[in-house]
Amino acid sequence: MSRTEFMQGNAACAEGALAAGCRFFGGYPITPSTEIAETMARRLPKAGGVFISMEDELASIAAVIGAAWTGARAMTATSGPGFSLMMENIGYAAMTETPCVVVNIQRGGPSTGQPTRAAQGDMLQCRFGSHGDYSTIALTPNSVQEMFDLTAKAFDLADRYRVPTFLMSDEIVGHMRERVTIPDAVEVERPRPLAEGSLPFEAGDDGVPGFAPFGSGRAVHVTGLTHDERGYPDTTDPEAHDKLVRRLVAKVESARREIADYEVVNPDAETVFVTYGPPSRTVEQVMRDRPDDSIGHLRLRIVWPFPEFALKVFPNAKTFLMPELNMGQVVREVQRHVDQPVVSIPKIGGELHTPAELVRVLEVYR
Amino acid sequence: MRHEIRFSGYGGQGIILSAVILGRAAALYDDKYAVQTQVYGPEARGGASMGQVVIDDTPILYPEVTEPDIYVIMSQQGFEKYGIRAGEDAVMLIDADLVRSRPTCRYYEIPATSEAKGTLGREIVANIVMMGALVTATGVVSREAIERAVLDSVPKGTEELNLKALKRGFELGERA
Amino acid sequence: MIAPDWFREDRLPHIYCTGCGNGTIINCTLAAVEEMGWKRDETVFVSGIGCSSRAPGYILTDSLHTTHGRALAFATGVKMARPDLHVVVFTGDGDLAAIGGNHFIHACRRNVDMTVICMNNHIYGMTGGQGSPTTPPGAISSTTPYGASEPAFDLAELAVAAGANYVARWTSYHVKELTKAVAAGMQTPGLSFIEARTQCPTNYGRHNKLRSVSAMIEHLRSHAILVAKRDRLVAEGKPIPEGAFTVGELVRRNRPAMGVQR
Repeated sequence: MSRTEFMQGNAACAEGALAAGCRFFGGYPITPSTEIAETMARRLPKAGGVFISMEDELASIAAVIGAAWTGARAMTATSGPGFSLMMENIGYAAMTETPCVVVNIQRGGPSTGQPTRAAQGDMLQCRFGSHGDYSTIALTPNSVQEMFDLTAKAFDLADRYRVPTFLMSDEIVGHMRERVTIPDAVEVERPRPLAEGSLPFEAGDDGVPGFAPFGSGRAVHVTGLTHDERGYPDTTDPEAHDKLVRRLVAKVESARREIADYEVVNPDAETVFVTYGPPSRTVEQVMRDRPDDSIGHLRLRIVWPFPEFALKVFPNAKTFLMPELNMGQVVREVQRHVDQPVVSIPKIGGELHTPAELVRVLEVYR
Repeated sequence: MRHEIRFSGYGGQGIILSAVILGRAAALYDDKYAVQTQVYGPEARGGASMGQVVIDDTPILYPEVTEPDIYVIMSQQGFEKYGIRAGEDAVMLIDADLVRSRPTCRYYEIPATSEAKGTLGREIVANIVMMGALVTATGVVSREAIERAVLDSVPKGTEELNLKALKRGFELGERA
Repeated sequence: MIAPDWFREDRLPHIYCTGCGNGTIINCTLAAVEEMGWKRDETVFVSGIGCSSRAPGYILTDSLHTTHGRALAFATGVKMARPDLHVVVFTGDGDLAAIGGNHFIHACRRNVDMTVICMNNHIYGMTGGQGSPTTPPGAISSTTPYGASEPAFDLAELAVAAGANYVARWTSYHVKELTKAVAAGMQTPGLSFIEARTQCPTNYGRHNKLRSVSAMIEHLRSHAILVAKRDRLVAEGKPIPEGAFTVGELVRRNRPAMGVQR
């Protein structure tokens, strides 16, 4: 028996995490993500989990990584300023292949910016924000239901690929209330256990090593230094670094068809909107108000790794239009994969593109 | 049909809760769709507070309110900040004792606060009186739905008082 | 005598310089672990960045070599999620008191049940000998070429003030006392902080007129005064010798602790 609630996006995110078996939350209050921490503080102790309010966001993500190495599903939630503080340890999680979930309820930046207003300004930061080369997964919900569903899914992806996985939401979806259906249980895919005789960082064919959490008797040494398959530092051999970092990137990038999650409307269209997060809802509104087969829509539920093959679903496309709540971030990714003109429709300041605004753009580009 | 309802008043009146209760009534008990949003920020404390709801029979795509067709205004500052630009086709419920101004659109004066203070003996239920009036004056959700949503949302032990406030609101809304 | 099965023999040789005191402190810690009867698969070593923080890499248990300054925050996550695991943190003065200072005081305040051993060599050793928050005033380092001009932190007193349940300080000279203190810390529920002052002959000693390892160790020995002696001097109104620091147990108490296995 599932239950139906009228719930805020941030609360649904917390419920999604709990349903997926998250049992550790380390966080630091920050608008507009705080309700996630508050919900976890209320619910986790009763679910046999641990909620801990850390001294800052550097400590929050550190505690989450520590908990993840004990085998717990672990999460933190933040917004721009805290996300910036987490960057070093996000790189550590990528380097050490630690499965964990970081929720970013994006707000207007840079710096303190607009704490109570929505933005999608951290989309490139979540892909490239820590130093060095690595790859991650980022999910972008556009409804309260997806705050639940995609948070739960983020844990599976984090475990499956052993990467820090991001739920890149925003103030609009985080703070709105909608009907949400909460299932009694969600299916959970935990990391593949480290096989007997395998080394702790020896990857399978998919580039992902088996996982031996602390306490399982495998004496795993985890380090952010460049390391070999035993986990031992090997910091000067160019080949050792090349092999490790190429694998960290490839295990995600080569699985992007498997990871991809997107919706296609009107594949024969000539003018195609590409969206993620709440601007998708404005596009859906425009398309419902003005039914027109020449307008298509590619809505990404997962932005990173970027599913460039999904752009080829529109063979007749003449123009791609990309509304984002930033000055044009993921549009760069679209531009480098197609030959057609790609038009950025940036909007900053905290409000969603209105249907009227997108209709005006359509009138120019159709 | 899409309705956009905006509530405004001052912090402490239960403005945001009113919006949540209305959304809950529509989404859980009237088999409709609802999206509730609100203004966050320092100005929500003491100053004008604002919450809004979109209600529709079909799934709500664009989630924001652009031009409300129903207003519930419970303070002069709320009127000035969030009600004064109401379109001519809109309808506004005004707490008559707290709002001096009147809009150019159709409006109903609901003495919610004085009813709450006087007849009901608790000023805190003024927003529930207003909700009752909203439901009978506009029919935006059903009486049954709002009753259930109110009961879901109020503290234990206050159910009777709140139901009484709601029913008083129904009467005021019918008369309006 | 430390049983060799606690070491990762395949990681040898280690990176420590000749005459470094860190190996002594690792030995004392493992002797204490043995005294406690902890099992290898129930014990986790956590560290940050620096010479001290390489220690877990030489020990045959699960180990988390983390980012600079954050070891205590990582360790908090490990211990809170799995209170049945024994958690030991190796850190250094730069890692703990500079970049990790905020985590240090909050870990002590929370009093999470773990043992924290700080190898305080008064210098950033791994990066080549820059001044740290514990570099004594007047000491020469590559970033204090005219002598350190900032006051130094007293790490053990800081831990006492911040709320750790057990705090002691010894040096690499006081091998038996240090081993006993680590074991006492491990026995005490809550956060135990053991400051182990140690020599860095490569990057500290040779710039500060302590040219040999033995000169450095003698310097540590001769400047250490027991807490009881310090208290007696204070009570008698006598001066504390110049450059002296206390050694011994500074606090053992029973404040509420987190992450204690029930």
